Amino acid sequence: MSLLHLAIFSPFLMAIFVPFLYKGLKSIHTGWFVLALPILLFTYFIGFLPITRNNGTVEKSFDWIPSLGIHFTAYVDGLGLLFALLITGIGALVVLYSIFYLSKEKESLHNFYVYLLLFMGAMLGVVLSDNLITLYMFWELTSISSFLLIAYWYDRERSRYGALKSMLLTVFGGLSMLGGILLLSIMGDTFSIRELISQAGELNQHPLFLFALILILLGAFTKSAQFPFYIWLPDAMEAPTPVSAYLHSATMVKAGIYLVARLSPIFAFSSYWFWIVGAIGIFTMFWGSFNAVKQTDLKGILAFSTVSQLGLIMSLLGVGAAALHFDTLNDNIYIAAVIAAVFHLINHATFKGSLFMVVGIVDHETGTRDIRKLGGLLSFMPVTFTIAVIGAFSMAGLPPFNGFLSKEMFFTGMIQLVNLDLFNLETWGMLFPILAWIGSIFTFIYSMMFVFKTFSGKYQPEKLDKKPHEAPVGMLISPIILAFLVVLFGLFPNLLSYSLIQPAAAAIVPSLVGPGELLDVHISHWHGFNPELWMTIGVIAVGTLMYLTLSKWIKLYALFPGKVTLNALYDTSLYAAERGSYTLTKAYMNGFIRTYLVYIFAFFIGILGFTMWTRQALTIDTSNLAPIGVYEIVLVVIITAGIFTILFAKSRLTSIIALGAVGYTVSLFFVIFRAPDLALTQLVIETVSVALFLLCFYHLPKLNRHEERMGFKLGNLIISLGVGAVISLMAISAHSNKMFESIASFYVENTYKEAAGKNMVNVILVDFRGFDTLFEISVLAIAGLGIFGLIKLRLAKKGEEADEN
Amino acid sequence: MEILMSIVIGALFASSVYLMLSKSLLRIIIGTGLLSHGAHLLIITMGGLKRGAAPLLGEKAASYVDPLPQALILTAIVISFGVTALFLVLAYRAYQELGTDNMDEMRGNEAND
Amino acid sequence: MKTNDVILQTTSKVVFFIIILFAIHLFFAGHYHPGGGFVGGLMTSGALVLLLLAFDIKTVAKGFPIDYKILIGIGLLFAIGTAAGALVFNVPFFTHVFGDVYLPIFGETSLHTAMLFDLGVYLVVIGVTMTIIQTIGESE
Repeated sequence: MSLLHLAIFSPFLMAIFVPFLYKGLKSIHTGWFVLALPILLFTYFIGFLPITRNNGTVEKSFDWIPSLGIHFTAYVDGLGLLFALLITGIGALVVLYSIFYLSKEKESLHNFYVYLLLFMGAMLGVVLSDNLITLYMFWELTSISSFLLIAYWYDRERSRYGALKSMLLTVFGGLSMLGGILLLSIMGDTFSIRELISQAGELNQHPLFLFALILILLGAFTKSAQFPFYIWLPDAMEAPTPVSAYLHSATMVKAGIYLVARLSPIFAFSSYWFWIVGAIGIFTMFWGSFNAVKQTDLKGILAFSTVSQLGLIMSLLGVGAAALHFDTLNDNIYIAAVIAAVFHLINHATFKGSLFMVVGIVDHETGTRDIRKLGGLLSFMPVTFTIAVIGAFSMAGLPPFNGFLSKEMFFTGMIQLVNLDLFNLETWGMLFPILAWIGSIFTFIYSMMFVFKTFSGKYQPEKLDKKPHEAPVGMLISPIILAFLVVLFGLFPNLLSYSLIQPAAAAIVPSLVGPGELLDVHISHWHGFNPELWMTIGVIAVGTLMYLTLSKWIKLYALFPGKVTLNALYDTSLYAAERGSYTLTKAYMNGFIRTYLVYIFAFFIGILGFTMWTRQALTIDTSNLAPIGVYEIVLVVIITAGIFTILFAKSRLTSIIALGAVGYTVSLFFVIFRAPDLALTQLVIETVSVALFLLCFYHLPKLNRHEERMGFKLGNLIISLGVGAVISLMAISAHSNKMFESIASFYVENTYKEAAGKNMVNVILVDFRGFDTLFEISVLAIAGLGIFGLIKLRLAKKGEEADEN
Repeated sequence: MEILMSIVIGALFASSVYLMLSKSLLRIIIGTGLLSHGAHLLIITMGGLKRGAAPLLGEKAASYVDPLPQALILTAIVISFGVTALFLVLAYRAYQELGTDNMDEMRGNEAND
Repeated sequence: MKTNDVILQTTSKVVFFIIILFAIHLFFAGHYHPGGGFVGGLMTSGALVLLLLAFDIKTVAKGFPIDYKILIGIGLLFAIGTAAGALVFNVPFFTHVFGDVYLPIFGETSLHTAMLFDLGVYLVVIGVTMTIIQTIGESE
């Protein structure tokens, strides 16, 4: 454990105290206490900047399950640190914002902040783990916390639907990813990412490589909402807006991007990686922005916009993979794509975060997010409007904001792809810049819709629940900070280039950066009249034209068939799965205990008989038998008589007494077999049992046979004889085949030496196998309390009913 | 002895299974009781019978019987007592609430799901 | 069902103490001779059951005003406490210690933490058995 581990675990620790703070200090909004943690963590992580600046790394490890090679290796490099800063930085702003967004009177804040902290810790764990198993564990934890946060208003049906959807899809991806991780570990014999990267060359040749690649990408794509898995993200917008801003735009959905970036050095040499990541990314970018335009919910627009922007970053990483195909940095133009990806990642977090907060403010102050009802809010909320303009223009890629710069770099990457003579790009390469351009036009349109449909146009007070007014100052602080960053990074992008972008990009392409070398990261505003600039100008021109004529062509969306969508596919398959499993279960679960017992016993006979048959286990060794004395024969006769009495008994008393007789005989057997402890225990137990049976006797029904038919009896007879025969044969065979030496000698030798006792059985019970006994008495206690509950609680319930009546 | 015990154990198992498959609640409970007797005898038989003195070091014998099966059985005896008691009470409560001890009539139906 | 059997009641009073004494003997002998927490506990409950049969539940409950459910809890605490106590001394869970100690009256005696664990077993067994019998007996 080190301070670094403590930093990762601190949100979990904090989460323990949140409920107490909430219950104990009702007058203070719990958020204020929580706020301290991300701020503290943010400053702590800032302290790593000087180290990563020169591509240095920090590593702290402690063993978790060393026998399986699983260690909790906390590893900070440029990429991890960038994410850690995003998580804690945006986290702090979101918590601050949530203090004003969630009312401390109405909302169950303890739940909210516990989930949020759970997420924060999990996300830090994802980005700061070097061990893939640890990473996977935290990865699933982010899915769970996301599920809990989406379902935060769990009384709403849509929330539950969205939560379940995100859970199913991301956990499906997560499990696929686990499969990929295991394949990787089989190939490379390690779970450490860095060790795997160092073996990248050999891994490439492995027959399992492609499977690992696809499985891991499934994990990344479901998490980062890539086509066709993006459908969970729009439904996740049911979460409170601070959550959407934090998890579903700035951090969690970027976990997939993180994973792709982190594992690029392993997989990038494969053309499959390039094609899958690049093509899916660019298509998602286009599809998301195309669909965003038809949304009427502000959050819906932002959700599809997030899908689209994630696709943009993903495609840049795909193109960046090409960089690794060159051995040197010289003339390596594709490295620019990696840099653009990192830069856009930061930018997206700033502008999208501020836009989500704007939506939250609009929702909070007007009571709706529907752009058909909104309009003309400019005069009521000038500050919010300014933030929205900055965020949306940056999103649209307009100068002088940071989105413009990264969008230009994105175009550069896509155009350069056409010149690449790898992976058969000659034929299909042109599609990349074309899709990028079309996608950007739609991005421009929905950005404009976002601002102008909300803040300009006709004010419609009759459609709003509340009289709109400017948000409280506290709610504006966070979006203002983010909008300020948008402008700052737009005007002075090189503030970031060597502090954050270079180390992160270098961590994505480690093989290209020699020791002591730095990537050349210089972001400039003006490159002359190059194709990228023309593309941007085209986007603005066409976009403006299309935005103005929006009402004319928006009807075209109605031409898309409503039934053949991915959502419908998801709903149908979910329904079919539920229906199918219900029918299947119904087919064999018929409610009769006897049927289940028959399944069990038939299986028992089958599997044991089959094994004994095929393994030729059935041998009878008569050489080593204990002698049979007179007593034994008498006891066998008594026990057989007891069994038959029970079987044919007509009254319950007879059968209970016969059962007691069998029990006492068993205890006599224990005497003969030299087990004094057992004999004693069995004797007393039998006495108490009979007393118990007799106590219950009054309450129990008469022993009736319920007119069992002959066929029924015959079936039972066959099964029971089968079980008896198999058990007999098994006991004989077990006696005849001694496969191992008995471990009895250990106890004989050590009972006095190690435990200072002479009764071996008792010493085993309390000392050598104390766990067994501990669990046994726990089971016993549960049984006792269960009986108490069965009898007593019913009386209480009846009493209540009587009271109600 | 071991072979004879194996047959006795087989008989115990067979009769307990037969009782458990019947429709009457009380017979099922008695069946589980028999089953545990059979299982205890099975464990001790598999450990080998009468091969030395009782597992008490005070006996000062040259060899002792295997103490481990005995420890396991001791645990099992007490547990099976708890389970039998729970079954009994469950049966008695079920009989009280449902008014039948016929397993076929106790079957849950879909309307109550 | 009220019984008024003087002979049974008088005998059981005497026998009760004999059984209890034997049960306690069994419990303490456990580490060296047949016996231990299970048998001791069961024997003790057997003695109590005998009283229940001779007298009725209310009389016995008056004589032994013990909530047996709480006894279960105490027993479990003893058991887990003995096991977990080892952690305080930085040895693995469930490490027992023993040693010879001089006690007045008893003289040189071997003391063993396993005895504490067994005491937990003893209490749980009494608690469970009596809880079961008492609740069933009471639910007329």
